[in-house]
Amino acid sequence: MPRVALVTGGTGGLGEAICLKLAALGYKVVATYTQGNTRVHDWLQTMNNMGYGFKAYPCDVADFDSCKHCVDVVAAEVGPVDVLVNNAGVTRDMTFRKMTKADWDTVIHTNLDSVFNMTKQVLDGMVDRRWGRVVNVSSVNAQKGAFGQTNYSAAKAGMHGFTKALALEVAKSGVTVNTISPGYIGTNMVTAIAQDILDSKILPQIPVGRLGKPEEIAGLVAYLASDEAAFVTGANISINGGQHMV
Amino acid sequence: MTQRVALVTGAMGGIGTAICQELAKAGHKIVAAYHPQFDNKDEWLKEQEAAGFTGFVCVAGDVSSLEDCQRMVAEGEAAAGPIDILINNAGITRDRMFAKMERDQWDAVISTNLTSLFNMTKQVSAKMAERGWGRIVNISSVNGVKGQAGQTNYSAAKAGVIGFTKALAAELAAKGVTVNAITPGYIATKMVMAIKPEILQTIIDGVPMKRLGKPEEMGAACVYLASDLAGFMTGATLNINGGLYYQ
Repeated sequence: MPRVALVTGGTGGLGEAICLKLAALGYKVVATYTQGNTRVHDWLQTMNNMGYGFKAYPCDVADFDSCKHCVDVVAAEVGPVDVLVNNAGVTRDMTFRKMTKADWDTVIHTNLDSVFNMTKQVLDGMVDRRWGRVVNVSSVNAQKGAFGQTNYSAAKAGMHGFTKALALEVAKSGVTVNTISPGYIGTNMVTAIAQDILDSKILPQIPVGRLGKPEEIAGLVAYLASDEAAFVTGANISINGGQHMV
Repeated sequence: MTQRVALVTGAMGGIGTAICQELAKAGHKIVAAYHPQFDNKDEWLKEQEAAGFTGFVCVAGDVSSLEDCQRMVAEGEAAAGPIDILINNAGITRDRMFAKMERDQWDAVISTNLTSLFNMTKQVSAKMAERGWGRIVNISSVNGVKGQAGQTNYSAAKAGVIGFTKALAAELAAKGVTVNAITPGYIATKMVMAIKPEILQTIIDGVPMKRLGKPEEMGAACVYLASDLAGFMTGATLNINGGLYYQ
């Protein structure tokens, strides 16, 4: 029986790469996307043309009931989730001075509460089956703090507190819980930054001298999802080209 | 030394009380923010006066409410002057294994222990930056850095406190305002002393120093972080836990 992997925000830059890698390794892959995302049909079509039979389901990860409904449907149509990749996230960057409560709440709800909402739906099943993987996608900016991202740094740092606590709770149940903290990755979002800013401001911070590739993040997720990674739990793995060494 | 105005949230709890007292001993004016549902202001004030601490200004509200925080700071500033030092100390626990945890237990802890930092800091940080001096100290927890079974909500919120601390420190670094976090271990507050003796002994045995922290040791750290001499320290996390955990 192939394992089922669910990737939230699975149609985005990082999410897509994670889906592709897990599918290549034989997982049945389910992507969730934001309700109202109009590009999903085309995305599924493209993936299908490439030979990947992904399923995609709408889900508002900030909403508990939406997550419950989504995972129920996935369980019925695809099977119980063995690997959960909490990848969906948003930014509302702004200096604290200018930040509104709505900007704060959106980021906390979507990037941190979402981890409660999604993990809650799958953890009991993983524990019952004595096998499960939860991978939480955080950020280098949680580890080092970023100007203009008090909300994002708080949410993404909070994610790893959750990881460590939950890792302890399920350590004896065959379920691992880990965080990965990517640095600057060459997704559309990052490559949309003007080249001179990339060259003068961002790349000089990265000892490896380039952006990370989405496939490199996917490779790390695939490792953490594997049987060989069973002894890795509660970890926060940096993948940032040496930008920030903890 | 310069007398400053310090606002402490959760001021009437075990650690909060010690923070108020130590900051007062250092010469600061104290605004004690408390939750009227959980704290007995009159009794607390009487105890403080008996211990020789007079002139504490008390403001009542819920730190998870933005409106309450606006009002508390306005009342505190009207009575004591502009807030120079903010100690975000208020916090709650709703311990439960994740499998049993309800969404409202998650929400209560995230909003009281993490979103409260947005709510309170928002009222004071811009004015601190304009005056070119300010100190923000966020009380996290050892369980935010090491994780604790039964505390996914608390560990998430308290780890989030550190992310917030670092990001805001970066924003205010050039403005004379520092932002730091303290992660206390097990401290001898009433809450901890109420733990069953045999369980408490197990906890103490797990601490390399073989004792609980004293509340005044947390207060002393706040006094240091609030001082002029700590002006070069920002975005830091001070682990004060008797060696229980270090990064």
